[in-house]
Amino acid sequence: MIQAILVFNNHGKPRLVRFYQRFPEEIQQQIVRETFHLVLKRDDNICNFLEGGSLIGGSDYKLIYRHYATLYFVFCVDSSESELGILDLIQVFVETLDKCFENVCELDLIFHMDKGGLSAAPARAVSAVKNINLPEMPRNINIGDLSIKVPNLSQFV
Amino acid sequence: MSDIVEKTLTALPGLFLQTPGAGGPAAARAPFSSRLGGLIRGITALTSKHEEEKLIQQELSNLKAAVSAPTTTLKMMKECMVRLIYCEMLGYDASFGYIHAIKLAQQGNLLEKRVGYLAVSLFLHESHELLLLLVNTVVKDLQSTNLVEVCMALTIVSQIFPQEMIPAVLPLIEDKLQHSKEIIRRKAVLALYKFHLIAPNQVQHIHVKFRKALCDRDVGVMAASLHIYHRMIKENSSGYKDLTGSFVTILKQVVGGKLPVDFNYHSVPAPWLQIQLLRILRLLGKDDQRTSELMYDVLDESLRRAELNHNVTYAILFECVHTVYSIYPKSELLEKAAKCIGKFVLSPKINLKYLGLKALTYVIQQDPTLALQHQMTIIECLDHPDPIIKRETLELLYRITNAQNITVIVQKMLEYLHQSKEEYIIVNLVGKIAELAEKYAPDNAWFIQTMNAVFSVGGDVMHPDIPNNFLRLLAEGFDDETENQQLRLYAVQSYLTLLDVENVFYPQRFLQVMSWVLGEYSYLIDKETPEEVITKLYKLLMNDSISSETKAWLIAAVTKLTPQAQSSNIVERLIQEFTVSLDTCLRQHAFELKHLHENAELMKSLLPVNKSCEDMVVDASLSFLDSHVAEELSQGAAPYKPHHQRQEEKLSQEKVLNFEPYGLSSSSSGFTGRQSPAGISLGSDISGNSAETGLKETSSLKLEGIQKLWGKEGYLPKKESKTGEETEAPPIPQESVIENVDQTITKKDPSQLLTQSKEEKEKQLLASSLFVGLGSESTVNLLGKADTTSHKFRRKSKVKETKSGETAIAHNMTRSSFSSPTNVTYEEDYYLDNLRDRRDKELNDFTLSAELLDSESLTDLPLVEKLSNCRPSTPSLFADDNMEVFHPPQSTTASLANEISLASLLEETTEHMHSDLMEVCNNDTMSLSSYKIWKDDCLLMVWLVSNKSGLELEGVNLEIAPAENFKITEQPGCCLPITEAENTKNFQYRVQMEKPFTEGTLSGFINYQVMNTHAVQLEFSVNLSLLDFIRPLNISTEDFGKLWLSFANDVKQNVKMSESQAALPSALKTLQQKLRLHVVDIIGSEGLLACQLLPSIPCLLHFRVHGDVLVLWFRSSCSTLPDYLLYQCQKVMEGS
Repeated sequence: MIQAILVFNNHGKPRLVRFYQRFPEEIQQQIVRETFHLVLKRDDNICNFLEGGSLIGGSDYKLIYRHYATLYFVFCVDSSESELGILDLIQVFVETLDKCFENVCELDLIFHMDKGGLSAAPARAVSAVKNINLPEMPRNINIGDLSIKVPNLSQFV
Repeated sequence: MSDIVEKTLTALPGLFLQTPGAGGPAAARAPFSSRLGGLIRGITALTSKHEEEKLIQQELSNLKAAVSAPTTTLKMMKECMVRLIYCEMLGYDASFGYIHAIKLAQQGNLLEKRVGYLAVSLFLHESHELLLLLVNTVVKDLQSTNLVEVCMALTIVSQIFPQEMIPAVLPLIEDKLQHSKEIIRRKAVLALYKFHLIAPNQVQHIHVKFRKALCDRDVGVMAASLHIYHRMIKENSSGYKDLTGSFVTILKQVVGGKLPVDFNYHSVPAPWLQIQLLRILRLLGKDDQRTSELMYDVLDESLRRAELNHNVTYAILFECVHTVYSIYPKSELLEKAAKCIGKFVLSPKINLKYLGLKALTYVIQQDPTLALQHQMTIIECLDHPDPIIKRETLELLYRITNAQNITVIVQKMLEYLHQSKEEYIIVNLVGKIAELAEKYAPDNAWFIQTMNAVFSVGGDVMHPDIPNNFLRLLAEGFDDETENQQLRLYAVQSYLTLLDVENVFYPQRFLQVMSWVLGEYSYLIDKETPEEVITKLYKLLMNDSISSETKAWLIAAVTKLTPQAQSSNIVERLIQEFTVSLDTCLRQHAFELKHLHENAELMKSLLPVNKSCEDMVVDASLSFLDSHVAEELSQGAAPYKPHHQRQEEKLSQEKVLNFEPYGLSSSSSGFTGRQSPAGISLGSDISGNSAETGLKETSSLKLEGIQKLWGKEGYLPKKESKTGEETEAPPIPQESVIENVDQTITKKDPSQLLTQSKEEKEKQLLASSLFVGLGSESTVNLLGKADTTSHKFRRKSKVKETKSGETAIAHNMTRSSFSSPTNVTYEEDYYLDNLRDRRDKELNDFTLSAELLDSESLTDLPLVEKLSNCRPSTPSLFADDNMEVFHPPQSTTASLANEISLASLLEETTEHMHSDLMEVCNNDTMSLSSYKIWKDDCLLMVWLVSNKSGLELEGVNLEIAPAENFKITEQPGCCLPITEAENTKNFQYRVQMEKPFTEGTLSGFINYQVMNTHAVQLEFSVNLSLLDFIRPLNISTEDFGKLWLSFANDVKQNVKMSESQAALPSALKTLQQKLRLHVVDIIGSEGLLACQLLPSIPCLLHFRVHGDVLVLWFRSSCSTLPDYLLYQCQKVMEGS
């Protein structure tokens, strides 16, 4: 199971944070901070897995991250997930954002919170995660299973 | 405020007219859709945090007015909600809007509803009280005919839903499993998965429907159901073996590309689905040959199909390899898998290398030669720049450690340890080093040096077991007494040297270890007198950087040394200084020392030399105080009341209103809900590891359950001190082991080496020293699973522990006031051990109603209870001595023989409760029946094989398949080569539970041969329930109170009783008989019950009767047990 999805930039500013386990706000901030320091220390050419240890749930959890331009995408998962599988999932996630925004960049995540994609992103991510490991996940994200029926639903505002 | 009102008012005409108002403020003029955009733009334009705060506060107050204004339409509300979400996301409090989010989800049209649901899922958390208000909406939407509404309801249910409201929506969601639309079916399955995660008991009955979902024609639904199956199989793999075929077929279809192209990801068919399936197969095929055989084909196919062109195929390959090595082995597949591991390990991609190392770690247990193949890669990885890879390599080395390579491996680990700063890594690695050192240490010097390194690096973060084990090892020693003395001597010497070094700070734990060792064993050393040692300890005591806990250890050490010392100047100085210490604990220790110091004789007998393992026994009943008590009582003093009784009285005076809600169950775990119920004392929290609690614990003497050795005239010495045995060993030169190792590694003739290959050679040498003893012919000791003779520090055969575990602990207790703060976990065990012994004495102290005393005896008597799977029609097996009746009628001829073979069983079984005989399988020639005997320490399963034919059966062999939750051991003398005609034989298996569960099955098969003809195999299975492993726990009310406070996991629930048992006594009786609980005490309308889950997990139940509602409150040290017991309780209370 995925415990948390964190997206932050090279300076550690969180851009998208979603926890699937409840933490008080201070703890959330602390987790983001610590994760950032862990990830920042690592070169680009070493492996993408980190054993989290004390961060979220102890030794059963690991961090799997990818670094794209100015953004870090970090997934915190437990031992029931496949490392490489999650790594590819991050890829899919980013590709999907890319499709939503056409050439996504950090600014999109800041300015287009109002575009359905992002204000729903955490929720979308949940449904993505809940269905994760499902083969149709890429399909679902592209079309959005609800937006088939309700054409402009993705436009919330 | 006025401007807000103005804004709202001015906004209205704009809304009605659908045209922007001409003269209004800018914000009101803008269409609603861009308000959020405006807000974001506003925020990004700001320069300081302060301005942002001001802007958001302004925005929030606007919103607050807007959402509560009656004129706000739902459409506007939706817009407000989005802005609220944004503000909340920025970290500002928008709690005033939560209720409106719920309202919006309730009232709005599709779009608004969706925003409402989104807001709810973002704002609220699972235990938020407002969530209850959502339940009705969800129920309504689930019943809606609109597909989208149903979808939304199902989505929110699988995101957040209050656990206690599950019953309200469960039937509706179950219905949705049959829905015609696949997306609804899939979401329903996911919602049920969520329920299974948060409340597994509630969805137990729908397991059949999950099977339907697994066979669904839509791939999405099937895939969703895999999540549930993965989890259920993880919990209990034996129950789902029959599904193996289905999983294999599904995987075959996926691998064979039978799924629609949509499911391809980079032209790999459904990779995540494959991963999930492989994981399920791994769990199913573990240690099960027959199941594993089913999957060989498909695994082979997967290995072949996974062409290495993309990341995700590696992911599949990795799972495949892992599965191949986890299931029952097949050499062909193993070979292929080994090749794949090679690809991973040798890959230049670091992620793959990491996984390769991980795979090697799993595999190494089965195939140590594989590590030999990759030894050079492993050596390279040891010096890899990535610390994660390095750590993984060390993990691998840890698994291949043996007596020959220990020094090199531990050295590598220590090197890594010195570099890393993360606490988690240090804790982990320190534990491993300590474990290895204890197991394989080549000599004393090395062992002590390594442990010194462990203590000084691991310091205060390491697991408390490490110093405890170390000290125990020193104290208990091993078989060879001279060896022991040498080890102790060496430890003392090395600590004295370490203490001589100026300006070095050692972690507190290390100092504690040192002070204990010095206190106990300084007498071994000739060079330094006790005075000198005391001086050193005193110097430490005066150091400000030392915690008061450590100081207590130090004073204890000084106390132990004092009787050996000639002059006592320093001791006196110390007493002077610490009798005025502000720390109560230190002061107490100092006073104790002072009094002992004044009475040298007593001190010597109290603190004998080298007696840390001997038991010191005191009068637990404090009988020497009796006369004093009697005197006081006669002078009118109030009799002593135990703490919980005082508490109880106080509470009963205060209790007027019951504030607990009825009808809802709540379950909490952890420390939040740790108040005690009305009947039980609120004493100080006894679990916990902090220094403070530890000290408090030790300063109060624990005297229960200890034999009398202290008489009125003082200590009655039992054993002579054995000074004659001491042999002084010559001091071992303190050379560094690490240096030694370096020498072995670099030992080579430089003249013969070319300079460029020097590094290479070094690596090879390292490799040979690392992988020594790993060859196939040498005995490999992996993971320490098998204890071979190579163990250096094997503990002495635990005579002391068999003495009843209590004595060792008791000694700990008696000495605790002098020696050290003891480990708290010890104490819990201690309580339990103690409690059982005391039950008989204590029980009589409490007044139980006459009826209950009757039923009390019932539990102890053999209570023949018909469990669901026993045939009620069969007469009870041992109801009387008439043996003919028990056997199934069709084989009456066999019954005579049965009588003989069962005679021996009889003696044993009549002492214990047992179930009726039940036939589990039969055919023409034989029948197999079984029954359960609920013994005190385990469940004894007895299988009776009776030969119905007139022929001899050969090679009758009964095998029980290993089940995940059980530990099964065969009773000796059960295997029989030949079963004569018309005879009965029995097989007995002891079953113990390893993990709590509700129901499990034990399956197995029996095979035999009839007169050299074909072999026949019959399969059977028997259901076991949790109740089979529950035994009464006889404890007193006081102990109940103590235990209650020490348990963290609790569950509370209200249960309605049927009319027949609405009174307390009858309810109690039911629980006592059906669940085998022990009634500890009854206080008014409240009852205390205790039971234990074998082997020894206690569970306590407190209950209270309110009319026809029973408030049950369980607590246990095991997190799942209360849930399971509650479930059983409910069944019992409702069922009767």
